[in-house]
Amino acid sequence: MPAITLNVNGKTVSVDVDPATPVLWVLRDHLHLVGTKYGCGVAQCGACTIMLDNVAMRSCMLLVSAVAKRAITTIEGLSENGDHPVQKAWLELDVAQCGYCQTGQIMTAAALLKSNPNPTDAQIEASMSGNICRCGTYLRIKEAVKTAAKQN
Amino acid sequence: MATTQSRRNFLKVSALAGGGMLISFNLLNLPAEAHALEEILFTPNAYIKIAADGSIVLLAPNPEIGQGVKTSLPMIVAEELGVDWKKIKVELAPLDSRMGRQTAGGSGSVRGRFNELRTVGATAREMLTTAAAQSWNVPVTECTVENGEVIHKASGRKLSFAALASAAAKLEVPAKPTLKDPKEFKLIGTRVQDVDAHKIVTGQPLFGIDTRREGMLFAMVSRPPAYGKTLGEVNDAAALKVEGVKKVVKIKNAVAVLATSTWAAKKGRDALVIQWNASEKLENSAEHFATFKTMLDKPTATPHRNDGDVDAAKQGAAKNLDVTYEIPTLSHGQMEPLNFFANVKDGKVELFGPTQVPGAVRSEVSKLLGIAEEHITISSPRQGGGFGRKLMTDNGVEAALISAAAQAPVQVQWTREDDMQNDFYRPAEMWRYRAALSATDLLAWHQSGVGIGRGVRGDSYVAGAIANYRAEGQGLTSNTPTGWWRAPGANTLAFVAESFMDEVCVALKKDPVAFRLELLKKAKEQTVGKINYDPEKYKSVIDLVAKMSKWGTKKPGVFRGFSTWFSFGSYVAQVVDVQMVDGQPKISNVYCAVNCGRVINLSGAENQVQGSIVDGICHAMFPKVTFVNGAVAETNFHTYKFLRMKDVPSDIEVQFVQSDEAPTGLGEPGLPPVAPALANALFAATGKRLRKLPFAEQLA
Repeated sequence: MPAITLNVNGKTVSVDVDPATPVLWVLRDHLHLVGTKYGCGVAQCGACTIMLDNVAMRSCMLLVSAVAKRAITTIEGLSENGDHPVQKAWLELDVAQCGYCQTGQIMTAAALLKSNPNPTDAQIEASMSGNICRCGTYLRIKEAVKTAAKQN
Repeated sequence: MATTQSRRNFLKVSALAGGGMLISFNLLNLPAEAHALEEILFTPNAYIKIAADGSIVLLAPNPEIGQGVKTSLPMIVAEELGVDWKKIKVELAPLDSRMGRQTAGGSGSVRGRFNELRTVGATAREMLTTAAAQSWNVPVTECTVENGEVIHKASGRKLSFAALASAAAKLEVPAKPTLKDPKEFKLIGTRVQDVDAHKIVTGQPLFGIDTRREGMLFAMVSRPPAYGKTLGEVNDAAALKVEGVKKVVKIKNAVAVLATSTWAAKKGRDALVIQWNASEKLENSAEHFATFKTMLDKPTATPHRNDGDVDAAKQGAAKNLDVTYEIPTLSHGQMEPLNFFANVKDGKVELFGPTQVPGAVRSEVSKLLGIAEEHITISSPRQGGGFGRKLMTDNGVEAALISAAAQAPVQVQWTREDDMQNDFYRPAEMWRYRAALSATDLLAWHQSGVGIGRGVRGDSYVAGAIANYRAEGQGLTSNTPTGWWRAPGANTLAFVAESFMDEVCVALKKDPVAFRLELLKKAKEQTVGKINYDPEKYKSVIDLVAKMSKWGTKKPGVFRGFSTWFSFGSYVAQVVDVQMVDGQPKISNVYCAVNCGRVINLSGAENQVQGSIVDGICHAMFPKVTFVNGAVAETNFHTYKFLRMKDVPSDIEVQFVQSDEAPTGLGEPGLPPVAPALANALFAATGKRLRKLPFAEQLA
């Protein structure tokens, strides 16, 4: 297999994988970045959300061969010490229950605030409705997005 | 209760290497030799570890599935111990027979361990205090504890727990440590952030799916595509050609493909050519419901409760109600698809993965592999949801069998589709409800239910409140598997019983809150037979939610539904407000009052109840499992629909009845009243009585 060069969290990395491998599994199994989660594999739950050139993207259906050198940001690259405004808001609101979906929620929220620093409730709902939280922490998630927007 | 036992029998204290104290809690009264110093040092089975370097580690004994016990259980220990919560570390304990019931289920972790864990903390605090008093040569009663230090106020002296740990470990375990006066609680009842919050928001490896070990292979498994089918001929030639695939092994009724990555394992699994033979009937949901109807029409069921004379009351009634409710099969859909790590090697087994019942997994693996339990270690990481799915042992046991067959350490990963087709489902049910009414009162109540599996059973508060009451349940044998799903029994019974109660109120033109209070007053003052609930506690939540929601006042355009339910020791009452937006009902607000005894972690408790309400709305509105020739038609989240942020009410207000009683369950009790409160609000808004779940497909 030819090596594929990727730009992940500001670093250039090279992986030897089947070009049809979804980015999700390249991150998790080959680059050991396991913060990006597998939930459904069909871009329905958002647990695998990353940023591709600052836009939220479901990595479970994104083929590694299609990414080229575009900038991938994962939860591990969102901030140095977990101090991105969205992460801080998540901590302040004590959002998580099981916590499994939250990295995907955070990545979607961070991408939203990058493109729209002051979203309305309706815009938050529209952007965040691609992410499922089976524990039902949606009200705290919504509040955390608003809190992060204020800190921006 | 633990505190009445001899302390000698179940609390052991020893020194850690390099100085320090370790307290382990022994409910099973292990032989004394098991507690030899050196052994304890290397067995991470204690609740409290105090090391010479000042670090204090508290172990959370029960699986963390999102219900918050990795935070709330150590809070109880920390409260009695008197440490600064910000400075302690918390770890999940592995399975250890000295830790009692290490299960996550039945909303039992906090209510089952409150007294034990207080004693554990108090014992350590008392020994540390004694050690300080002895070193200062002052009476113990003059010493106090604060933030991990023992203080002698009169002389202004202080010693840290770390400095005292070695001396404390040499002391006799107090026979009856004094528990704090709850009025002095500083931590219990406050808002405490989840102990893993920082790791969660930074994406650190916390979950079973994140397990990585030296030499580990990833496995995917081909299991029967329908219930009733068994494994036939297998051709693995194409699978073995997939780059990265190392092995293919057969276990029981399945075939596993082991590879160097998840994706290679999946490609290999999908390349298997397998003949699946129909060895049993391939069942259909439509047939289940048709059979339910026939069963409910026949008066064959033996009642589990039969007060007074229901038939006579029906004959003399001014009006009789007779309605039928339908409840679909549900999958658990926990966000983390099942997985498990197993390494079977040289007669020993290491198991690590998501389970609510580590003890049951170990016991089953021991029997199947013929390896004694003492050679099997098992622990579970933080888990991406449980909801009852991991009360079944299949994922852990399967991983052990694969590792044994392949002779390799293996991480078995399920796809979402695997999860949907291989669940132990919340069974489908059908209920027929009948009531005999006079012009002003409920004369008789008759409920008759049937469900897949062992059958349905249970009563609402109506049992005990009225003279004529009959309840009966039946089961329908099926090869579709059933299991526990959050608030088992209660989650369906509350829907039918509390929806029907609303129908009774409508027919009698009674206020739903006032009428329930009337019934509970009767249950208290003129109890018929036995009751399994406390009418006063029921009243406490009904009164509180009526106050919170300003029940009885009219808001233009707002339609309300009410419901109340008692489960897992806790009482919950809810009001759901619905508004019509563009001709469609939209839930605007939910008010919820809870009586669960003392609240441990207010942040976690509120989150659990709000989450239960969202969960309740979700499953009342959207998903259902349909069996078609033994296969589940809803294979993933595109057809098995979950609620999303846009469907959440604008506000869910939760209040707890102030209580000094010991805590009762909280992971489940918030869920059962939701579906009926919503159904009752939708009836108020639309005039349409929804007797079938889920609702969304009937509203479109």
